[in-house]
Amino acid sequence: MKIDHLALMNEERAARRAAILVTRLEDGAQRLLREAEIDADPAADILHERLRKGKSGIVEIDGAEHFLTVQVPPVRIVIIGAVHISQAFAPMAKLAGFDCTIIDPRTAFASPERFPDVTLLDEWPDDALPRIGLDAYTAFVALTHDPKIDDPALNAALTAQCFYIGALGSKKTHAKRVDRLREAGFDETAIGRIHAPIGLDIGAVSPAEIAVSILGEIIATLRSDRRRT
Amino acid sequence: MIANDNDILREAEAWTREGRGVALATVVETWGSAPRPVGSHLVIDAEGSFLGSVSGGCVEGAVIADAIDVIESGKPKMLEFGVADETAWQVGLSCGGRIRVYVERIDG
Repeated sequence: MKIDHLALMNEERAARRAAILVTRLEDGAQRLLREAEIDADPAADILHERLRKGKSGIVEIDGAEHFLTVQVPPVRIVIIGAVHISQAFAPMAKLAGFDCTIIDPRTAFASPERFPDVTLLDEWPDDALPRIGLDAYTAFVALTHDPKIDDPALNAALTAQCFYIGALGSKKTHAKRVDRLREAGFDETAIGRIHAPIGLDIGAVSPAEIAVSILGEIIATLRSDRRRT
Repeated sequence: MIANDNDILREAEAWTREGRGVALATVVETWGSAPRPVGSHLVIDAEGSFLGSVSGGCVEGAVIADAIDVIESGKPKMLEFGVADETAWQVGLSCGGRIRVYVERIDG
């Protein structure tokens, strides 16, 4: 593999753009395609299909075995609310291999002392989210229960088709939230994508246990095609 | 530190730029209950230092040995590992799965 190919793969991943490295296995010949370059490739159909699934694997191109290293942007978790659950969640998410960003405009909550080693933005979601850019490779978690903070962010997450959207709150809180989302123009399918009550039903009590249940639910959604049930 | 596949490719680039001989091993095919999915990487340098994994630790030793050859020769290699109790395999996977691992040199 040429160092240039490796460098470009690293660059594209850091910019949250997809890329595919095509390796002909019999002789090691390689080409690297950025997402925008796939259309022009002779094997565009196969490449697009693999990219949609986000799965690396062996394919046959022109009668020869090729390995496709399919690189989709790394999964990232965006949390609204620098709350107690988030303090437990951030190190767990990091250990599980997910980038984690926490957003909360309330500076008393969003303090570096409470959140060492995690990207922390003490801004309103309306300011922070357009800049960091939500996408289909992002899991979104709203934890403040404050409609002023959570609602605009939830709207953005639904619009961006985040692969997981969860919102903390009792059934009553969520029912009111659903009313507000309907008023904002979201249909039942979109609203149905929100995991609420948030987290797997493991009877979680403490903030750390709730963090486990949320992280478990995110992984279960990410890996839904591998689940036994 | 536990490295994920993103860190591994970044490290592979950094090691190469430092002038070290580096090989990248990638799981290209699996059958049965293989421990690591297709696309998993192991990066190895000429001294045998490594980062990442292509199995649950069962075959890394063998991959590293072959990777050092690949770093010297520059010729990519395809390795195949299966269940431990079959005589056909030097090193086995106790889980009963089979994997193919592609090892290539990174040319700096």
